Amino acid sequence: MISDAAFWTLTAALGVGTFLIRFSFLGLLGGRQLPDWALLHLKYVGAAVFPALITPLLLWPDATGGQTDPIRLLAAAAAFAAGIRFGVVPAIVAGMGSLYLLQFITGA
Amino acid sequence: MSPTRAFWRGYLDCAPFILIVVPYSMMFGVVARDAGLDVLQTFAMSAIVIAGASQFTALALLQDQAPVFIALLAALAVNLRMAMYSAALVPHIGHAPLGLRALAAYLMVDQAFAVAVRTYEERPDMPKPAKLAYYFGCMALICPFWYGSTLAGALLREAIPASWSLDFAVPVCFIALVAPLLRSAPHLVAAFAACAGSIAFAGLPWSLGIFTAALLGIVAGAQTELALKRRQTA
Repeated sequence: MISDAAFWTLTAALGVGTFLIRFSFLGLLGGRQLPDWALLHLKYVGAAVFPALITPLLLWPDATGGQTDPIRLLAAAAAFAAGIRFGVVPAIVAGMGSLYLLQFITGA
Repeated sequence: MSPTRAFWRGYLDCAPFILIVVPYSMMFGVVARDAGLDVLQTFAMSAIVIAGASQFTALALLQDQAPVFIALLAALAVNLRMAMYSAALVPHIGHAPLGLRALAAYLMVDQAFAVAVRTYEERPDMPKPAKLAYYFGCMALICPFWYGSTLAGALLREAIPASWSLDFAVPVCFIALVAPLLRSAPHLVAAFAACAGSIAFAGLPWSLGIFTAALLGIVAGAQTELALKRRQTA
């Protein structure tokens, strides 16, 4: 359970922080160029942050009490394949769809 | 092109993304209610932050009992890419008055940004007022759908049984976001290094393993790009 205080503190700070990131060059820095090393690393933020977040959620899901669940791994693989090939929405459909299908077939 | 026409052009050019925004933000509404937030909190988060991936991140970490500070840092890290968007927009809408630039910053979302910048590049002769109007046209379409669908998801949550395994929606949304990004060797290396790091550092407290793994992935991706460039020029 998430406490009210934790939620509102986080949401307010995340709102302000996200706004400042979005406003950074447009408003505060007035279009100064980012240094090359920063651009180089920023490029890989998305490609690194999401896998780091996903891995524990997939390997040790709360819903199974931390037990690795082959059905979820297969469904994740389906989502990934659909995402690479077709994009965001097909990936969500493929992931949730194969989870339900496999749970239905195995009676889990 | 007149600003009015540019506004509606942007509005229409972003229309296909409704197909992504509606299910994605509804999913956030459902998952947030599932995690124990009430309808007001769920809606407030979407309205204040408007950045789905970071909202999912913050939620997942809070649910995992991570300290607020850690959840905040992780969620902000996910949004750092928007500093690049902000820099990329300066030549096009940087001339706008401060208030409009602040509004433009608040409304900045991935898909609409991508559409706007592509259009600016394809039409270098577009006058500056038209560029600004086009930008707001894009955002004016996406943002109301973002708010509305989150609210719809939060309200519909009551009708959805636990057997739907909606906990799985969080990793699936992340996979859906990251998979299309992995189109080059350095991106694949970054993702792979982050996965490996996330397993190796899983024992660290306060989800610090996730941070360490993400940093590892970012550096691995950047170094791979540099190595490939060196090989090309050698």
